[in-house]
Amino acid sequence: MTDTLNELPPLTQDFELGFTYTRSLGPVLSRFLTGLRDGQVLAARTRAGTLLVPPPEFEPVSGASIKELEPVAAEGTVLSWCWVSQPSSSAPLNKPFAWVLVRFEGCDGAMLHALAADAKEQVHTGMRVRVRWAPERVGNVKDIACFEVHKQ
Amino acid sequence: MSSNPNESAGPVTMMQAPLYLQYRFTAGTSSLSFLHAIKRGRLIGRRCPGCESVYIPCRGSCARCGVATCDNIELTDEGVIDKFTVVHIPIPNNPIKPPFVVAHIRLNGADNAFHHLIGEVDNDKVKLGMKVKAVWRPESEWDYGLDNIRYFKPLGGEHD
Ligand SMILES: [Zn+2]
Repeated sequence: MTDTLNELPPLTQDFELGFTYTRSLGPVLSRFLTGLRDGQVLAARTRAGTLLVPPPEFEPVSGASIKELEPVAAEGTVLSWCWVSQPSSSAPLNKPFAWVLVRFEGCDGAMLHALAADAKEQVHTGMRVRVRWAPERVGNVKDIACFEVHKQ
Repeated sequence: MSSNPNESAGPVTMMQAPLYLQYRFTAGTSSLSFLHAIKRGRLIGRRCPGCESVYIPCRGSCARCGVATCDNIELTDEGVIDKFTVVHIPIPNNPIKPPFVVAHIRLNGADNAFHHLIGEVDNDKVKLGMKVKAVWRPESEWDYGLDNIRYFKPLGGEHD
């Protein structure tokens, strides 16, 4: 064979690699996602008295197991954000939006989620946002459809 | 808080978290030689200039020496079973019904092996080192892939 690269037309092939994972949630995330399904945001109560959303399974400083979860308001403050002008097909919103890091009211920690906004100019650090619930909820972080601007 | 009809459905204990990765593979120089050859029903390997190992399907570099492979080497469609397994678990969307044999086949003159199916022999008659030969699909069905070979069958007399 004396094929040279110049004589051979290029070949490409699209393919999809899929992993159909189902994971068990454990005691803390089970309660957290059950809460989301039921339209409620649950925070982890640490022994130092602080509240964490999303709830970790263990306290970040002491490593102790999280035992208590309690409901908090479904609203918070944007700590950081990034505008997405061209959403990919798997993005949570099908028009331009912002990824935001939201600190829930009275809590520590922060949740990464999408913020629906009409323009980048509407988004800024420190702005108030609230949960927009998905119309049908199953016990998944997507039960929070996105966050939306909270006009007070 | 909003209401939800699922509220009475009990705790959520499992979560579906599928992951789908979309790739576009573009064949490099060595894969290109292999794929264009197999489209014509021929098997092309590549030789390492250092240790002279022959790789099929082609590799762009030698796993032992780390240098680029150079010469294209034409191989026959006969080889040996390096290792094999009997598959008993059905694979979703796979038309082949278990139990069936998947083997690592090393073609004569090659130093690596590839997976393929074994046919025309009872599963419990398959042995390590068994000599096998490719059974090709009809030429009209040939495409750019190893499944132009339907399966490998034992060379006559070896398995009795
Ligand atoms: Zn080598």
